[in-house]
Amino acid sequence: MKSFASMEGLKYAAVLAAALTLGACAKNPTDMAAVDGRGGAGVGVGAAGSATPGSQQDFVVNVGDRVFFDSDSSELSATAQATLDKQATWLNRYGTYAFTVEGHADERGTREYNFALGARRAEAAKNYLVARGVASSRIKTISYGKERPVAVCDDISCWSQNRRAVTILKGGQS
Amino acid sequence: MPFAPSRRAAAAMFGGLALAPLFGRVSSAERYLDVHGGGNFTPVNIAIVPFAGDSGPAMTTIVVNNFKRSVFINPVDAGAAGAAINPDAAPDMAAFRALNAQYVVAGRSGRGPDGRMKTEFRLWDVAAGTQAAGQQYVTDPNNSRRVAHIVSDAIFTKVTGEKGFFDTRVAFVDETGPRENRRKRLAIMDQDGANLRYLTRGDDLVVTPRFSPNAQELTYMSFGAEDPRVFLLNIDNGQREVVGNFPGMTFSPRFSPDGQRVVMSLEQNGVANLYSMDLRSRTTTRLTDSSAIDTSPSYAPDGARICFESDRGGTQQIYVMGASGGGATRISFGDGRYSTPVWSPKGDYIAFTRQAGGKFGIGVMKPDGSGERILADGFHNEGPTWAPNGLYLMFFREASGGSKLFMTDVFGRAEFPVPTPGSASDPSWSPLLG
Repeated sequence: MKSFASMEGLKYAAVLAAALTLGACAKNPTDMAAVDGRGGAGVGVGAAGSATPGSQQDFVVNVGDRVFFDSDSSELSATAQATLDKQATWLNRYGTYAFTVEGHADERGTREYNFALGARRAEAAKNYLVARGVASSRIKTISYGKERPVAVCDDISCWSQNRRAVTILKGGQS
Repeated sequence: MPFAPSRRAAAAMFGGLALAPLFGRVSSAERYLDVHGGGNFTPVNIAIVPFAGDSGPAMTTIVVNNFKRSVFINPVDAGAAGAAINPDAAPDMAAFRALNAQYVVAGRSGRGPDGRMKTEFRLWDVAAGTQAAGQQYVTDPNNSRRVAHIVSDAIFTKVTGEKGFFDTRVAFVDETGPRENRRKRLAIMDQDGANLRYLTRGDDLVVTPRFSPNAQELTYMSFGAEDPRVFLLNIDNGQREVVGNFPGMTFSPRFSPDGQRVVMSLEQNGVANLYSMDLRSRTTTRLTDSSAIDTSPSYAPDGARICFESDRGGTQQIYVMGASGGGATRISFGDGRYSTPVWSPKGDYIAFTRQAGGKFGIGVMKPDGSGERILADGFHNEGPTWAPNGLYLMFFREASGGSKLFMTDVFGRAEFPVPTPGSASDPSWSPLLG
C-alpha cells in the first residue's frame, strides 16, 4: 500500500507540474502566491487535506518543494528560508527519504554560467537544510542551468519562477 | 568516404593541380581589398560565368551562394557577357569591365569516362587582363559539394589574401519539443547547411559541442544517469568517452590548439574552477582557485594564454591568464556583463556575449580589452564561434519561436541566417577541412 501511495504522490506531482506550466504566465498575484509556494498549506492545487502525511504529495503540497531566487543571485530570501525550514522539519521527521536538490536558472543568462549558477542555488538550499539538521549524506545536488524552465513566456513573470531550487524526493519510503 | 575524411586523404584528393596560365605570367596585380582596413571597405565584384559541364550548374549555384554570404566578395551575374565563354580561353575583359567586375571566374565540372568528377576553374583579373588563379580537381562525384567549397576558398584566398572558410562544417545542438522539456541532439552539417547528420539520438540532454583542431572529434557536455559531464565524441565512428574522472559536474569544454588538452569547468559545492586535462597522460591540472564561477575558457591560438569569464569581481567579466593558470587580468570594462569569450584563430580578437540594458549582444574586443565593438544586438544573442580565418562569427539567437543560427562578419556589416532543419543553438565552426 505504501508503494501505491508513493505512486499516487508522483501522479499528483505530475498534475501539479502541469498546473504550474499552465499557470506560467499568470499575472494574478493570488495565482503567483500559490505557484511559488507562499500560499502555505491548503492553498495549493487540489485538496491538500487528502495528502497522506509523509507522502511525496504531502511534501509537495503541504511543505512546498521549491524556493525562488532573485536574478543572478543564490541568496535565500526570508520566504525561501521559511520554506526550507518547513522542508527541514519534514525531512527530519521522515528520515528515510534520500533526495536531490535541483538548481535552475532563468533564460536571461548565458548557458555555461547558468549551469554554475544553478549549482550555486542548489548548494545554498542544501547548506541551509544541513544547517537545520538534515544529514548531507541524504542530499544530492544537480544543476540544469537554463535547460529546464517550468514557465516559458518571455517576461519576468516566467523568469522569476524559473530561478529556483527544487527538492525532489527519491523513490518512496522504504 | 561520405564523412570527415582523414586530413591526409583529403589533401591528396582535394589539393588540386594548378592550371597553367593560358598565356604569359600569372597576374601580380595589387589586391583590391584589405580585409583588415576596417568596416568601410567596398566588396570586390566577381563575375561568375556559369560553369560548363554536366555538374556545372550545381557547382555554380554553390559558389554563388557562398560568395553571397562572404560580405567581402560580391558575386555578379555574368549575364550576356558570360553567355558564350570558352572556359579555356581568356574572356573579353571589356565586357566585364562594363559590369564593374574586378574579377571573372569561369570553369567546368563534369564526370569523365572513368566516372571521376573533374572540376577546373580560372580566375581572371579584369584590369590586368591576366589569369590570377587556376586549379583542377579530380574526385569521387560524391564529393562535388566539397569541391565547390574548395574552389570558393581558392578564389577567396586569391582575392583577399586570407584563408577561406567555405570548406568547413558546423556542429550544433538541434532542438525539438516544448521549451520546458527540450530534446537536444548533436548535429553536424556543412557550413551552408548541406549534408546534415545527427550524432546523438536525443535520449540525453547535450549542449556546447566544440570541434577538435583536426575536426575529427567533438567535446561537449552531456547529462546522463550520473552527474553532467564533459565527453569526447569521435565524429566518424560515433565512439564517445568521458573526459576525466572529476568529483563533480564538468562543463564548458574546449580543445587546446594542439588538440592534446581539453580545458573545462569543474563545479564543486557551488564553486566553478578551471581545469585542463592532458588527453594522452590523463593528468589534470587545476588552473584557477577561486570561490566564484570561472567558466567558458578558450585558448589563444598559440596555446600560451587562456581567456575565460568569471564573476569573481561581482558580475561576469572576461579575464586573460597564462595557459597554466596563475594571475588573471580583467579585460572587459564596458557596460554590462561579458561572457562566453572565444579567442579568434588569428589571435587578434576575443569574441564575447554582452548583456546590457536587457539585451544580449555579440561583440569582439582585442585581447587587451581595447577596440570593443558590438556586431549583433537584440533580445538574446549568445555563444559566438569563429570561422577558421577569423573573419566571421556564428552565434545563436533566441526568439519565442526557438533558437536559430546566424553568421556575421567581424565588422558586423551583414548578417545571414544559417540554414538548420529546426531550432538550433550552440554552434561550433570547424577548422578548414582540407
